Amino acid sequence: MKRHKDLLLHGNEACAMGALAAGMRLFAGYPITPSTEIAEFLSVELPKVGGTFIQMEDEISSMGAIIGASLAGVKSMTATSGPGFSLMQENLGFASMAEIPCVLVNVMRGGPSTGMPTRPSQGDVMQSRWGTHGPHPIIVLSPQSVLECYTLTIHAFNLAEKYRSPVIMLMDGIVGHMWENVQLPEKIEVIDRPEPSVPPDWYNPYDNLPGGEIVPLVPFGEGYRYHVTGMVHDKSGFPTLVHEEVEQCLDKLIYKIKNNLHDIIRIEDYMLEDADICIVAHGSVARSAREAVNIARNEGLKVGLLRPITLWPFPRFHLENISKRVKMFVVPEMNYGQVYGEVLKSCPKRAVRVTRVDGELVTPAQIMEKIEGAAL
Amino acid sequence: MIRTSETMYKYLRPDKTFPHVWCPGCGIGIVMGALVRAIEKTGFTKDEIVLVSGIGCSGRMSTYLDFNTLHTTHGRALSFATGIKLANPELNIIVVMGDGDATAIGGNHLIHSCRRNIDLTALIVNNNIYGMTGGQYSPTTPMEHKASTAQYGSIEKPFDICKLVEACGASFVARSTTYHAKMLDAMLSRAIAKKGFSVVEAMSQCPVQYGRRNKKGSPVDMMMWYKDNSVSNPAFKKIPPGEVGEQFPVGILVDIEQPDYLERYSKIVKKACGDKL
Repeated sequence: MKRHKDLLLHGNEACAMGALAAGMRLFAGYPITPSTEIAEFLSVELPKVGGTFIQMEDEISSMGAIIGASLAGVKSMTATSGPGFSLMQENLGFASMAEIPCVLVNVMRGGPSTGMPTRPSQGDVMQSRWGTHGPHPIIVLSPQSVLECYTLTIHAFNLAEKYRSPVIMLMDGIVGHMWENVQLPEKIEVIDRPEPSVPPDWYNPYDNLPGGEIVPLVPFGEGYRYHVTGMVHDKSGFPTLVHEEVEQCLDKLIYKIKNNLHDIIRIEDYMLEDADICIVAHGSVARSAREAVNIARNEGLKVGLLRPITLWPFPRFHLENISKRVKMFVVPEMNYGQVYGEVLKSCPKRAVRVTRVDGELVTPAQIMEKIEGAAL
Repeated sequence: MIRTSETMYKYLRPDKTFPHVWCPGCGIGIVMGALVRAIEKTGFTKDEIVLVSGIGCSGRMSTYLDFNTLHTTHGRALSFATGIKLANPELNIIVVMGDGDATAIGGNHLIHSCRRNIDLTALIVNNNIYGMTGGQYSPTTPMEHKASTAQYGSIEKPFDICKLVEACGASFVARSTTYHAKMLDAMLSRAIAKKGFSVVEAMSQCPVQYGRRNKKGSPVDMMMWYKDNSVSNPAFKKIPPGEVGEQFPVGILVDIEQPDYLERYSKIVKKACGDKL
């Protein structure tokens, strides 16, 4: 692959550059540490490429504005952190329900509440899945490096367009603020919104097509007048309380993700082939975990790493398969064990957690402590 | 008469969404009629109009009219509309909200839309109550008036919506009532044509949740109250402050020329692009 020259970037900047490369042309946001560099960067760069930057009055309206922009046919994004992410949940649910593609970046900081604005955390794993009310689909990606902040942001836009869903880039404060020398790939696949295959009179924006094919969302103003609502709706988009239609509406939301797990879920494994112990780690903690694997291997311990790149939908089947081969799981996280709970759900095998909530990264030594303790 | 109903029918979605949810005697249908006539007058096609609404009785208006329609979350309609306008400035966006929707939960979005002067038309249907949820008091429920959550009378001072949005910098502010339906459609067509953020407050009776609790009489009595207490803006200004009582001004209250958000943004684009443009 032909590559650009090396660039020294931080994660937030790489994320913003990825968004531009994906064709994002409207950013609406509200300042909050540690995500603000994304807004700052885009306030400079978007006007140069014919895009729009707007600083809204809060995170609620930021989320509203990106949904509106997407409905008008423009790829859109917002970025925030902990408290702002909480405020976005209402309209995030709207985007899920109304099937509006958009990307929400959450650079996780210590919580709850104002917590530790300048310290990293992974405390929003569960909020990113279940923060908005009601049954809803969501896709959540977790980058571990500056390069991935770039590539996964593009991937996030692709998934959003492909599955007509909001996608969350769940970064942590370390990944967002970390500087790395990166070579950005020169060419990367970008998925744009498909054209409708039917004339306006036949268009049902929420139709259940055979084979689970997803109806393209036609931008407002192109002659396809239709209704968009956060209420449970029938295939034409109008509110309904007819039992069968309610069920169809909600089933379709869930199954468009569930039936495409093979396409959506990305994982990375490292030295797992012969491993007795599998570390499950994501984001910046995966970097420590990888180092722990190297140390363990030097000590003759058969340790490997599974890194969920797609955090939600959770790579349950991968874990189930690995659990057939390994003796135990070790789950390090910058929280009290949110992914740990999912690991327990996925496999009956023994699992231990390594938790850290003091605003510092889980170290390889901490992980090794658990591994050595377990190996004894 | 026939001409009016033909116009109305042209813009409705009769197959899909009727019967509507509004109670007998509700004023929102009159407001919707005025909006349709106003749009007809402006000459925009259905495809050029986006109707965004919030949550509540007035929020349902977007369901019934055949435009690009977006029924958003409670109070947030203006933020969705802002995104649409920025993404496609060619579209004419009308945002329908109720009094609770626009000035309580959506108060922040309202004042900042005014300040930003984004080119949207806000139609605020003010019936002084939360109708859909069963008659709770809103930021425009008058003092001492009763509501299901103010059974002893409201103790909160109400907003004057028009004064509020004027103070926040809206380019066009007008008020009319369901009694003054023709004036309402005139105000709306002016507001739609206006560049910048415009607000039309449509005072509208809620006989079921507000009128009944406060002994306001029939829907017709409530509309007659609008007739008796409304004063044209120039005449209102001449009333000595001590003698205003329950009277309120109707008509155009603010109409100023100022650059809208996108006009200002185009200057940013020029600066950002340096000499390239």
